[in-house]
Amino acid sequence: MSKKNVVSAEQHAVSRKDMTKAQWTWHEIKRNKVAYLMVAPFMILFLMFTVVPVIMSILLSFTSFNMLQWPKFIFLDNYIRLFLDDDIFILAIKNTLIFAAVTGPTSYFMSLFIAWFINELSPRVRAVVTLIFYAPSISGSVYLIWGTLFSDDAYGWVNGFLLNLGIIDNPVLWFHDKRYVMGLCIIVALWTSLGTAFLSFIAGLQGIPKSYYEAAAVDGIRNRWQELWYVTLPTMKPQLMFGAVLAITGSFGFGGVVTALAGFPSVEYAAWTITHHLEDYGGQRWEVGYASAIAVVLFAMMMGANLLIHRMLAKVGQ
Amino acid sequence: MAKKLRTRKHAVVLNRSVGGDVGITVFLSIMGVFMFLPMLYVLMQAVKPLDELWMFPPRFYVVNPTLKNFRDLFSLMSDSWVPFSRYIFNTVFISISGTFGSLLFCSMAAYALAKIRFPGRDFMFNIIVKSLMFTSTVGAIASFIIMSLLGWVDTYYAIIIPAFAFNLGLYLMKQFMESNVTDDILESARLDGATEFYTFWVIAMPMVKPAWLTLIIYSFNGLWNAGASIYIQSEQLKTLNYAISQITAGGIARAGASAAATVIMMAVPIIVFVVSQSNIIETMGTSGMKD
Repeated sequence: MSKKNVVSAEQHAVSRKDMTKAQWTWHEIKRNKVAYLMVAPFMILFLMFTVVPVIMSILLSFTSFNMLQWPKFIFLDNYIRLFLDDDIFILAIKNTLIFAAVTGPTSYFMSLFIAWFINELSPRVRAVVTLIFYAPSISGSVYLIWGTLFSDDAYGWVNGFLLNLGIIDNPVLWFHDKRYVMGLCIIVALWTSLGTAFLSFIAGLQGIPKSYYEAAAVDGIRNRWQELWYVTLPTMKPQLMFGAVLAITGSFGFGGVVTALAGFPSVEYAAWTITHHLEDYGGQRWEVGYASAIAVVLFAMMMGANLLIHRMLAKVGQ
Repeated sequence: MAKKLRTRKHAVVLNRSVGGDVGITVFLSIMGVFMFLPMLYVLMQAVKPLDELWMFPPRFYVVNPTLKNFRDLFSLMSDSWVPFSRYIFNTVFISISGTFGSLLFCSMAAYALAKIRFPGRDFMFNIIVKSLMFTSTVGAIASFIIMSLLGWVDTYYAIIIPAFAFNLGLYLMKQFMESNVTDDILESARLDGATEFYTFWVIAMPMVKPAWLTLIIYSFNGLWNAGASIYIQSEQLKTLNYAISQITAGGIARAGASAAATVIMMAVPIIVFVVSQSNIIETMGTSGMKD
């Protein structure tokens, strides 16, 4: 990249050596006016609806604000209340971490291994199998069918099946039983999780030249697992990074599936996540300052997990 | 080599044991069944007559398939106090205008970020990548305040305009442009006096067809599946997905109609994916993140 751009810079009459750094930057900005014009429409909307809201949330998290009166600065009170006085929030953090720790890695490795396995199928079979695995993630609210399968009454398919076999005597409340709701929501989340990261892995695998594997075989690679570790994974490391970002973000933002299947709130808050807590205080109670503090905690958790995993992935194949 | 080489369709296969192949086939089959059965069940529910929906014990497969649920769905729809065509119009309008805008905004910005070197470029792209690391829920409340200040609450703008700045779309597009549009061809166009807008639209865009097809599909799917939104209160502005969730909320009495609705909703993204699968995979080939 940079090599080619040096050429175009040199074609320019003014030499860089004659200028200070600030002058040079200003010169470059003027010369590339059109580039700023091209990124402006996107960047303005991106700032307005993605960056500014995050900054605003951070600022509002230090205030008490109800959308009617001007925000009152209360510094860390919201955070103190969150961590010391709000048992449901602590429960939400616990649930979110469980969800994230289970669905994040599981969906990531499911995507990776299924992609790796189907990579050996012939192209036509591979296209069909890819569709079977990918379809649940793009089909909108199709996951609601799990509510029908695991319905509370005897007309639910699973209850009917178990009753018929005599394994249970009374219908199980599944999504409304605190013992099962977490587990079921995790299964549904995994069912819809083979999305963009999965496609990215498939593409990454297809992009590895056959000659790499031949060379590796000559060098003494003896089975598919060694091949995976020493050839495949290091070659598709950029895809692994990209997939990890999507898996982490998805697993921490978990909430919509629970609301749709288990209700809001779920039974005894058994599957209550930070997203739900945020919705509750932001969307229903209008305690905007407090809700912003919740949003900031969620934001910090997502970014923290992403940066941590990024570091770990940098070690793949070493 | 002392070991006898395995062949598959006459091609030599390296490092693949028969046991491993069997294990993988078994694993893939089990996972495939887990993924496919719920989808199949939706299809079954959608064509079950009433007596089979209410059967005990419930049966997975259908014996006398019928299209009655689809007819019921349309009669349920005509009973709603906002004409059902309005929900369809809303979803189609939002999906098409949002997709069109995001295609224009994202590809133009992607071109500049990938192919022009200017101060601040790496910084901008860096923030966009960072934005993939958190969900929009984080800024939802603040976004609501911004929307109120703009007077966009309860208008189409609140849904359509933010969709133009589609970060994942821009990311995929930029990565693809970087590796598929060669600098030489752009340089020669520039030397011939072409403007950046011309090189972007006439030279670069035709070279990255898989990327913009993918962007269109992702953007369209996201908007097509949009349900209730905190920005929209008027019934007349709500989406098809919202209307269908209301039908589903009608409970078991409407199980058939709701399954029929789900089938109609999911048919669109699935057909779109089937038609464009190879383009999407090609785009994903460059989706990797460099550190």
